Amino acid sequence: MALTRRQRRTAVRGTQYGVLVAAVLVLVFAANWGDIQRGFFDLNAAKQLFPDVLTIALVNTVKYTVLGFVFGLLLGLVLALMRLSSVPPYRWLATVYIEFFRGVPALLVFLAFGFGVPIAFHVRFTTLSTVVAALGLVGAAYMAETIRAGIQAVPKGQLEAARSLGMSQFRAMVSIVIPQAFRIVLPPLTNELILLAKDSSLVYLLGLTGSEYELTKYGRDAMNTVQSMTPLVAAGLCYLIITIPLSYLSRYLERRTSGESKRGLEVLS
Amino acid sequence: MSVIEISGLHKAFGSLEVLRGIDLTVERGDVVCIIGPSGSGKSTLLRCVNLLEQPDSGKVVVDGTELTDPDVDIDKARRRLGMVFQSFNLFNHLTVLDNLTIAQRKVLGRSRDEAERIAKQNLEKVGLAGRERSMPSQLSGGQQQRAAIARALSMDPQVMLFDEPTSALDPELVGDVLGVMRALADEGMTMLVVTHEMQFAREVADTVLFMDGGVVVEQGPPAQVIGAPTQERTRTFLARVLNPTGDNP
Repeated sequence: MALTRRQRRTAVRGTQYGVLVAAVLVLVFAANWGDIQRGFFDLNAAKQLFPDVLTIALVNTVKYTVLGFVFGLLLGLVLALMRLSSVPPYRWLATVYIEFFRGVPALLVFLAFGFGVPIAFHVRFTTLSTVVAALGLVGAAYMAETIRAGIQAVPKGQLEAARSLGMSQFRAMVSIVIPQAFRIVLPPLTNELILLAKDSSLVYLLGLTGSEYELTKYGRDAMNTVQSMTPLVAAGLCYLIITIPLSYLSRYLERRTSGESKRGLEVLS
Repeated sequence: MSVIEISGLHKAFGSLEVLRGIDLTVERGDVVCIIGPSGSGKSTLLRCVNLLEQPDSGKVVVDGTELTDPDVDIDKARRRLGMVFQSFNLFNHLTVLDNLTIAQRKVLGRSRDEAERIAKQNLEKVGLAGRERSMPSQLSGGQQQRAAIARALSMDPQVMLFDEPTSALDPELVGDVLGVMRALADEGMTMLVVTHEMQFAREVADTVLFMDGGVVVEQGPPAQVIGAPTQERTRTFLARVLNPTGDNP
């Protein structure tokens, strides 16, 4: 059967849309909408979640994430500088740290800080310090490699110019190299923040009191109370409130960084 | 009195000997131009003067201080030496004004007001008054290089080192930068300039140094080295540079 190019294109297009429409129709008619609504989008159950899902759970997730990120960023910067150090033992230590914490599951680190360390040293951590330590230690390993790459991406001439003006190595790093490195690594660091926001859910495994609940633990508990999955859906939506703006921010920063060399730096000046 | 005294300078990168025994004396107020083919070691020599490259052996004495002495505070010694790079190397994250003030404040401990006053004087001197708030990427290459000169001048150096300052510029921007350097020479600044601008060397330099293969082949006043070179290698080089197409003039 000989078809012209135009006819063949129409046929292919028609088939593709046809399959899609058929699949949607099957779903619409086969699905039990009543059950789906009761199970996932129960408005009565949803109402019971407010305001706690926002004022306690979302706030705690944001708090754990931000504090863990800040701790991880500072530790990551130290590790990045150790990786670039001229003293071999510093480089080895940083490498071992990074390989270890990138290689083990974050869950293991949470368990270690929630139960292992307290047993070993007979201490008790608050939930906040546990989650911040665990998130920070894991995040630092990833951020250290990102920051190291950023520092190495700053042209060598910047350091030479700073040194030729009489700045010490330390001063040149602090005033000239690191600020430029951070502008380069802002997009990947934003992605790291997104990952940490999701990993903060692992604190769910530690015994939490009601005021310490974050989104996942809150959703899990509320699910039992209302006999519907609606709380988990609500928790999921709350995560998206955090992560989607961040991922757009990351993409925006990436575009800006890559266009910067051509367009000029007016944005952050 | 000599501002720079270099003796027996050697530098190798791996098995490649870039400098093979350089002696050079620069008197206060002199302009010394270093010319030579690429790979002759002239940029390395300049970078050894402020120890951006660590020489393997030999001495570099600036203003009575031996920079090659391991016990010398190199950060302090470098304040006397302003450096201008081929690729400008303005700090990309800072405005022009902050580029000129940051080292004054962090290294010399000047107040912000004083540093900005000095910066503005120097921007005016290089023809960039009014560009204080610009970011480096908003400037043309010639403007960036003049800002870089002003940045070095703001540290009140005894000597200015220029490492091929016009080689990365569009031809029509070269003149502005050379003009600033000429004015600086006229003010009596001591200058050590690695350059391919023969016209500039001929007109501004007190001494011209021709380097090839890591040694100084010939040195003397420009009229002699460029005008009437005695060495065959100098003649070959100048013939290629002054008449690149090989036509008879």
